[in-house]
Amino acid sequence: MSMNAQGSQSHDKPVDDLSAGLGSNPCITVTVGGHRFGIPIARVEDVFVATAVTPVPKASAEIVGLLNLRGKVVTAISLAVRLGLKAEPASEGGSMTAIGVGHAGETFGLVVSAVGEVIELPVTRREPVPPHFDPRWATLATGVHQREDGLLVELDVDALLEIAPRAEAA
Amino acid sequence: MDELLREFLIETNESLETVDMQLVKFEREPGNQDILRAIFRLVHTIKGTCGFLGLGRLEAVAHAAETVMGRLRDGKPVTRDAVSLILKSIDRIKHILAEIDRTASEPQGSDGELIDALNRAADDDLAPAPKAAAASTVAIDEFDALVLEPDEAVTVPAVASQAVAPEASAEEPAELVSIPGAEPGAATVSAAASTLRVSVDTLERLLTMVSELVLTRNQLMEIARQKEGHGFAVPLQRLSHVTAELQDCVMKTRMQPIGNAWHKLPRLMRDLQSELDKEIALVLQGADTELDRQVLDVIKDPLTHMVRNAADHGIESREARLKAGKPARATITLSAFHAGGTITIEVTDDGRGLDYQKIRAKALQKGLATEAEMERMSEAQILKFIFLAGFSTAEAITAISGRGVGLDVVHSNIETIGGTVDIRSKPGVGTTFSISLPLTLAIVPALLVGVGAHKFALPQTAVVELVRTSASSETRIERLDGGTVLALRGQLLPLMSLAGLLGLDAGGPEAAPDAEQANFVVVLSVASRRFAVLVESVFHTEEIVVKPLSSKLRHLPYYSGTTILGDGSVVLIVEPNGLARMLGTGSDLNGPSQHAGDAAAGTAAGQEHKTALLVFGAGERGPFAVPLSSVTRLEEVDSTRIEWSGDRTIIQYRGKLMPLVTIDGMPAHPDGRERRPCLVLAYGERSLGLVVDEIVDVVEERLDLDLDGARAGFIGSAVVRGKTTGVLDSCYILQQVFPDVGEPGPEKAKQLPWVLLADDSAFFRDMLVPVLRAAGYGVTTVGSGKAAIAALSEGRPFAAAILDRALPDMDGLDGLDAMRRERRGGEAMPVLVLSSRLGAKERASAMARGAQGVFSKFDRQGIVAGLEAAMGRTQEAA
Repeated sequence: MSMNAQGSQSHDKPVDDLSAGLGSNPCITVTVGGHRFGIPIARVEDVFVATAVTPVPKASAEIVGLLNLRGKVVTAISLAVRLGLKAEPASEGGSMTAIGVGHAGETFGLVVSAVGEVIELPVTRREPVPPHFDPRWATLATGVHQREDGLLVELDVDALLEIAPRAEAA
Repeated sequence: MDELLREFLIETNESLETVDMQLVKFEREPGNQDILRAIFRLVHTIKGTCGFLGLGRLEAVAHAAETVMGRLRDGKPVTRDAVSLILKSIDRIKHILAEIDRTASEPQGSDGELIDALNRAADDDLAPAPKAAAASTVAIDEFDALVLEPDEAVTVPAVASQAVAPEASAEEPAELVSIPGAEPGAATVSAAASTLRVSVDTLERLLTMVSELVLTRNQLMEIARQKEGHGFAVPLQRLSHVTAELQDCVMKTRMQPIGNAWHKLPRLMRDLQSELDKEIALVLQGADTELDRQVLDVIKDPLTHMVRNAADHGIESREARLKAGKPARATITLSAFHAGGTITIEVTDDGRGLDYQKIRAKALQKGLATEAEMERMSEAQILKFIFLAGFSTAEAITAISGRGVGLDVVHSNIETIGGTVDIRSKPGVGTTFSISLPLTLAIVPALLVGVGAHKFALPQTAVVELVRTSASSETRIERLDGGTVLALRGQLLPLMSLAGLLGLDAGGPEAAPDAEQANFVVVLSVASRRFAVLVESVFHTEEIVVKPLSSKLRHLPYYSGTTILGDGSVVLIVEPNGLARMLGTGSDLNGPSQHAGDAAAGTAAGQEHKTALLVFGAGERGPFAVPLSSVTRLEEVDSTRIEWSGDRTIIQYRGKLMPLVTIDGMPAHPDGRERRPCLVLAYGERSLGLVVDEIVDVVEERLDLDLDGARAGFIGSAVVRGKTTGVLDSCYILQQVFPDVGEPGPEKAKQLPWVLLADDSAFFRDMLVPVLRAAGYGVTTVGSGKAAIAALSEGRPFAAAILDRALPDMDGLDGLDAMRRERRGGEAMPVLVLSSRLGAKERASAMARGAQGVFSKFDRQGIVAGLEAAMGRTQEAA
């Protein structure tokens, strides 16, 4: 039998920002629906590839399903759906890459398209989410960062996991 | 302070808390041997331990008190003086303990006077003089005392106790576990070793690890199954055994007697009595019923709350009670018992009862349900409104006797762990809250079923049976207006498709399964409600380790948890309560009516007996209803195929001629319509088609028959979904066509098995006699228990007896015993018991006393089937 989830990838990439240190916030970059986002590394417990996901009928659209991460049941949440982006089709064999984050004693897997690197995002350079962005990003992000390689939205993990139960289709 | 001494103080203080509780009882019932024994054991333990610690003064008092109690236990009459003496010695022990706690040593002082008094009380009037014993003999005697043999050792305490101490501690594990607040984990290493306190966290971790071990074991087994010829089989089997045993042990450490949740109640009640100026007796039954610590934790507070609530609001003031002709002293009873993999806890008061009308009005006023919805609810469902948050406001406290303060919390706490609460209440008589809880939450057996590519686990506790249906077999799926039903052994059960419920196919939950196809159907029973769930495939049963449901999924009523199977896949555990909730309520799941469905699902263990009724319209006078149990099939008849035969209308049906009648028992004329619904009623070989205009619904209601309006052909009338509905007597209709139904021929009568039917209600006698006769029995009816016994003693060879549980002159169960005695020499005669309350407890107590079955009075087919089964006759296909 194969493991359903592979172990963590290392995220010991060199810190690429000069202002690392005080007031900086190390984040892991992920790609979802063509956009780049940053997830605070302090919240990341795991980065894993999930192969067997059990879908949950009647659950909210964001919930991809449940998976077994080393004996722990993890709820996989589609970051794309959560952010109102187009969900990408699962890769071959149905495996998906997920960032394991802890929230209120539970582990959730944020399903992403790709995992990038660990970078330092200085708090001082954090800007509010521009008003023309999807309004729901304003509640889900702590802010945006202008970077040489483009705009990076820093996500608020707790806000991401505040998923309102979908009204029961009567 | 010495570690050992501190430990002793903690334990002893806990023991004393228990003694306190026992003493409250002992004060009232000095003759109760059980209480005496319990106090005896506690004092004995204290004595044993303090001797070991060299606390001479304490030990001397404990010993002298124990001796007196030993005498009382051996049958010495309990005098007021003796009780006072014991109370006094307990007080003294407390006093000394408090001093030790303060100063770490025994206080100075003499207890000689008290000990002398105790010794006098012990020696007083004793016939055989206590034999003096050497230390070694004492030890043996003391050991005997542990198994509750007479304790004859009266000797110099200081010498005896040293030898006694190790034996005494053998008693401790039992005590420890029942100490309030004590954590489980008291494990006996040997009789001499003491118990060990283990933190709950450690136990929890242990359970998690064992759960993981079970999973890994399952995975290994799976691999071993796939690969042949490896050398793993034997060690793997060993591993499997060890794991199972380990799992058992760990589970046991989590089990605690429910009494632990009750310890504080007698004291609470004592305080409440003076606070409220009411006289209330608290009765605790089944305190040693064990359940999981996790479950215990969840219900501890709700139980306290319910008792407080009962005392505060349920029980009337002393004046009101006297005025109502009740004894001034009220009773609140807590009872716990195991029933079919669950534990039921009941909180009963004999107070004023809930005001049904006011609750109804309040719910209407609050907009919790519409008038129409209300009318469709049973009384029990409406009572459940008191569980809604904020239902009892300041105003409501006067309006609806105040219940509901915090009851919403009680209810939701219980629901979270998969339990149900049910209310029974009778104005002026009292209220019972009945809580049904799972024994453990950690590991449950489950049936794995499949729908499409999805796999789900159904808790085995709810699964009654598994059937395969096909168009040709007796077990079929039939379509009814607005739903599908499963025809199972002549009964119709509501059927849902799991795929439809979970939105896995195009249709809704009512999407009709292909009746022609072979289907797997799981029959589930949740709180006395039976229903069928259609699945696509059935795998196997497995002990699954329940993992909590993700917080993001907890709002879904369909699931109770998740588990990881042997192959590592995650599977959702389906919540049968949630499925039951989908029944009957159809789509109105949102808002307050969800509670209505909730209530419908929540009839725990059948306290509220419901009858499934088929409601139909016929002519202008409708609606009408028949008990669903008397309907064998539902068909549609083609008017063009109705033929006349003499003055009857008949139709060819399943290769036979079946008479068709209307509800008046008159021939059913073909009318303009092409197809008309038809209920097929059958008795034995014969069937009859009852042609109606339309089938309205199948409802489950508590049948409150109004017999005043009964006419020929009707059992009575009842309010069904807000409308007065005539309840048809299917037997009468059968008699219109087959006059011999219920009238056995004279020569046949001689060979008929004869049944004695004892019921004080002429109505039920009249209702049952034709049914029994139609089923081929001769019947003698009597109206009382005495008459039943008289009939038996006359020597008529009765083949069986059917007894009403509540006969006017005796309890049906006592009647059962009496009848047994009366029937000298004969072989055991099967006895069925009829009851209007079909609680699990009711059933268990009747079965325990030798009844062959317990049935609702309305369940006529069930009675016949039970009779046949009891008499060993093969059940004829209906």
